[in-house]
Amino acid sequence: MLKILVYIHAPAQTPTKGQRELLALAASLGEAAVVLGDNADDAARAGLHGAGATAFYGAVTPEQLRGELIAPAVSLLVAAVRAAGADAVLLPNTMEGREIAARAAVRLDSGVITDAVAVDQELNVTKSVLAGSYTVRARITRGPALITLKANSVQPAEAQDSGAQVPPVQTLELGESGPAARITATAPHIASGRPELSEARFVVAGGRGVDGDFGPVEDLADALGAAVGASRAATDAGWIDHSAQVGQTGVTVSPQLYISAGISGAIQQKAGMQSAKYIVAINKDPDAPIFEIADLGIIGDLASVLPQAAAEIRRRQG
Amino acid sequence: MSQKTGTPLNILVLVKHVPDVQFERHLLPNGHRLDRQDSVLSELDEYAIEAALALAESRGGEKGGNHVTALTMGPAGAANAVKKSLQMGASAGVHISDAALEGSDAGATSLVLATAIKHLGGFDVVLTGMASTDAETSLVPAQLAERLGLAQLTNLSAVELDDANIITATRMGEDGAQTLSAPLPVLISVTDQANEPRYPNFRGILAAKKKKITTLSLAELGIEASTVGTAGSGTRVLDAAPHEPRSAGEIITDSGQAGLALVDFLADAKLI
Ligand SMILES: Cc1cc2nc3c(=O)[nH]c(=O)nc-3n(C[C@H](O)[C@H](O)[C@H](O)COP(=O)(O)OP(=O)(O)OC[C@H]3O[C@@H](n4cnc5c(N)ncnc54)[C@H](O)[C@@H]3O)c2cc1C
Ligand SMILES: Nc1ncnc2c1ncn2[C@@H]1O[C@H](COP(=O)(O)O)[C@@H](O)[C@H]1O
Repeated sequence: MLKILVYIHAPAQTPTKGQRELLALAASLGEAAVVLGDNADDAARAGLHGAGATAFYGAVTPEQLRGELIAPAVSLLVAAVRAAGADAVLLPNTMEGREIAARAAVRLDSGVITDAVAVDQELNVTKSVLAGSYTVRARITRGPALITLKANSVQPAEAQDSGAQVPPVQTLELGESGPAARITATAPHIASGRPELSEARFVVAGGRGVDGDFGPVEDLADALGAAVGASRAATDAGWIDHSAQVGQTGVTVSPQLYISAGISGAIQQKAGMQSAKYIVAINKDPDAPIFEIADLGIIGDLASVLPQAAAEIRRRQG
Repeated sequence: MSQKTGTPLNILVLVKHVPDVQFERHLLPNGHRLDRQDSVLSELDEYAIEAALALAESRGGEKGGNHVTALTMGPAGAANAVKKSLQMGASAGVHISDAALEGSDAGATSLVLATAIKHLGGFDVVLTGMASTDAETSLVPAQLAERLGLAQLTNLSAVELDDANIITATRMGEDGAQTLSAPLPVLISVTDQANEPRYPNFRGILAAKKKKITTLSLAELGIEASTVGTAGSGTRVLDAAPHEPRSAGEIITDSGQAGLALVDFLADAKLI
């Protein structure tokens, strides 16, 4: 049986959807153990255990992981790979996940594959490249396989109460992890109460066409239980936080549904959303490139179409 | 503009020559390599060049003894990425070119770049883009920090350097906006939020003609061919298939009822 490590960057009271996807994939490949990127109390570990984790590895001094950027987390991961004799490590396809995998690959003399959407029993990885224009299968040819998994790629593990004893944390010494930047402050994201953009099933996004007012976009998002996204033109204008930017230099999303309102559909925007199952576009300009990839295109003013749709959804829901 | 405080800086900026994202890009049938015709300087690397020039200018620019070197690894045409860096204002360029490099993955690429950086020597700042627009992995910067033993300050949306050579920076991490601090030397990557890249002006284009681009081979760097290219890479592509391009679906014009049509569409697709 393969030994698979899952890197959990921020253990939460209940595991997130992305974390449950990583655990489900790990359990489908072999025995799933977790590397804790920060402190995890009993409840957090019980949640991960209930979602399939059979063992835990953590740092003797978890403060170190919070105080310095990336390098200590790499030391922890490498120590855990050696302690567990891991065949593969699954990490989230986030900035942090990729960077930790990148450096661990150097220390372990192995390879990394990012943006995975599937991994088979032989550890062959499926991903799409060139902004979604090709699907590629690739594999890691030496050392433990380091793979970062895109959100919304596999069915997440159910978080159940396992009833059984939660395994203890095996603590590891990080040793000297080399020069690193100090993290002197962190300003947490302001919780919007909406789903996390990268993991959301539905996304409603607005662009320059909202002309300063995200109200109609947010209203439709709330009627659908969707996350709110934006084009760079909208985030650059300061109408919405940069963390909402979808695209090449923002968040990549693969939701069931992406509603694009007042967005022209530049190549850099499409790079972040064209793997959505369904795309609906609302744009005043019949020649907007976004219509070339929309399953439903509406030539019209978002200021009237979005509120009407939101009201109709609420009406049908009763 | 330029304050002549602090010591002069020796800055290296890494630039990559990539197929233009505005055109259709192709993988070649044998070996699944990227068709590299119609390539340009990766647009995300322009932010790195701008950041390098701005850091140098904060210490008095070239006249103040500051030096910005642009380095690329790639086939013959890649020298164009260096040329554009020189036109924007970099002082010198280096191009690593060798047939054995073909098929290098991030690990092999970072090995070659790290070896070249040690060979060239003595940099206070190594600057990169946040991702190359062809590979799109963002692996190379972190691997360079690892191989060079430098503090990594990556994906920065803001960078400042004080007189005591301490970098203060901001990055949007998974946990929120992080403030970072580290003394030089450092490895930095910047996002498209960090600055507004300058265009090469006429004077810059003329001046670039007199600047030197040094070419380095693997032998000159003391790198064994077996440790790079396809042979040296820890990953291998098994197969590749072009995606069916998404096609346009139904297009309707709003005449007052399109919001309802939108909801019907969602209901038909069983989304609500
Ligand atoms: C290096 C780099 C990285 C980039 N990264 C990203 C990225 O990650 N994400 C991203 O989105 N962009 C990115 N961009 C920018 C991208 O190239 C486009 O400039 C941007 O996506 C345009 O945003 P937009 O579609 O909102 O604005 P525009 O292109 O101005 O389009 C606005 C659209 O709104 C329509 N409209 C106006 N009013 C209405 C109305 N009342 N109702 C309906 N429709 C209306 C117009 O017809 C138009 O089609 C990047 C660019 C560069 C150079
Ligand atoms: N072949 C290369 N030559 C020079 N710089 C590179 C090369 N490959 C990657 N880089 C640098 O590393 C950054 C990230 O690239 P990547 O890891 O491929 O996404 C780029 O923005 C460049 O600054």
